[in-house]
Amino acid sequence: MSESTDNKKTQFYDYHVAAGGKMVPFAGYLMPVQYPLGIMQEHLHTRDNAGLFDVSHMGQVVVRGNNVVGELEQLMPLDLGALAINQQSYATFTSPTGGILDDLIITRWAHDTFFLVVNAACKEQDIAHLKTHLPDSEVNYLDQQSLIALQGLRAVEIMAELAPQTATLVFMQGCHTDIGGIECYVTRSGYTGEDGFEISVSDDYALALADLLLAYDFCQWIGLGARDSLRLEAGLCLYGHDMNEQTSPVEAAISWSISKSRRSEGEKSGGFLGADIILRHLDNGVAKKRVGFLVEGRAPVREGAEIADNEGNVVGIITSGGFGPTLQAPVAMGYVPKELAVVGTELTALVRGKPRPITVTKMPLVPQRYHRG
Amino acid sequence: MDQVVYTKDHEWLRIEDNVVTIGVTEFAQEQLGDVVFIELPEVGSELSVGDEAAVIESVKAAGEIAVPIDGVVLTVNEALVDQPDLLNSAPETDGWIFQVSPSEALEMSDFMDAEQYQQFIQDGE
Repeated sequence: MSESTDNKKTQFYDYHVAAGGKMVPFAGYLMPVQYPLGIMQEHLHTRDNAGLFDVSHMGQVVVRGNNVVGELEQLMPLDLGALAINQQSYATFTSPTGGILDDLIITRWAHDTFFLVVNAACKEQDIAHLKTHLPDSEVNYLDQQSLIALQGLRAVEIMAELAPQTATLVFMQGCHTDIGGIECYVTRSGYTGEDGFEISVSDDYALALADLLLAYDFCQWIGLGARDSLRLEAGLCLYGHDMNEQTSPVEAAISWSISKSRRSEGEKSGGFLGADIILRHLDNGVAKKRVGFLVEGRAPVREGAEIADNEGNVVGIITSGGFGPTLQAPVAMGYVPKELAVVGTELTALVRGKPRPITVTKMPLVPQRYHRG
Repeated sequence: MDQVVYTKDHEWLRIEDNVVTIGVTEFAQEQLGDVVFIELPEVGSELSVGDEAAVIESVKAAGEIAVPIDGVVLTVNEALVDQPDLLNSAPETDGWIFQVSPSEALEMSDFMDAEQYQQFIQDGE
């Protein structure tokens, strides 16, 4: 594969190459899909030790204004007024037709300021969306800022030494701090299902920060391949695969990301894009729903595989799938009609024309180990 | 006397009398990454050049093995069913995939010898 000059490089590019990273184009960037350790071992290393992920391709955006809460609440079904400073939440940008434009993590930095982390592939569109709908707020894309995720059971050991303040954070909390004299914004979050941290740092000090973290011998670079298998085992959605403009948050089984106060009976009910459709889905149910699957045997069932009922009728589609290194078995998720979206339902997935037995299962398949205090 | 030749698809063929053993090379194994499942051909099936004979599933992706010769499948490596990672640890020995009885004499000019194959890999990088 040729390295297109159109693809951008993050600050860490040379580090990835030096570490033996296999660089591939991803969302307009050259990113490491794996290192010599391989996806299987990188995945296991992250769960039991500490994995360092370059997620600088993601969009970091700061939004500020006197009416920023009211304006942002028109774009996502969250109660941002109730979000405490340095508290963060998972959210979706909803569409006028009740679909999902992107998913994001939103953190309150101040009374009038929010910090958003959005998907790399959607960031330009998200920024335009924010600018259109937030006429009274300042939308500032932090294009001089890197983002790294330190994930896994032993991530906290590193942070407790380098920035003791961050070790007292609980899941979905953040703080401004310095790490070895480098100014950072650190949150206790990530997308692996493990305890961990995301660190936003100026491009100028990104490599110095990586040096500090990589000085720990149990901390290693981990590529996008293992990032995908980790989030899959953790039951977490990948935008553009497990949800998109054609799926509502209710269909995507992320209704938990809709604040109580924004629901039909809530005191700030509705008022966000697509609210009529999304609230109807919440109140009256949906025709199809995202579920997780256990797969019989060892053959992975991957995105795009059709799902059939026991009479052979195609009833749904797999939206993410692969082999789960922790589970040592294939893992998948996909959409099926509501009446089949019941734990224990036995179906088949068609892999190269052959039916493979799959069973609707509870997610996550590997228990999440977030630090909830 | 046996002879080993290579294809541009990174397969190796060990030719002994009327039996050709087929597997993937060390280079292919590195590209594939951790192998978790191999769909083997059916013993007795008749294959023509280019047919999909086996599918190798790694953690990340599925790769197809196109058969490089016409022939009938004699045996498959059953050890790969329980130990698909043999394909990573010993791709050119214990990780062989299947054996074929060729329907006609092999045209050796279709293949590369070890030296030519090494050159082919180097040129490709």
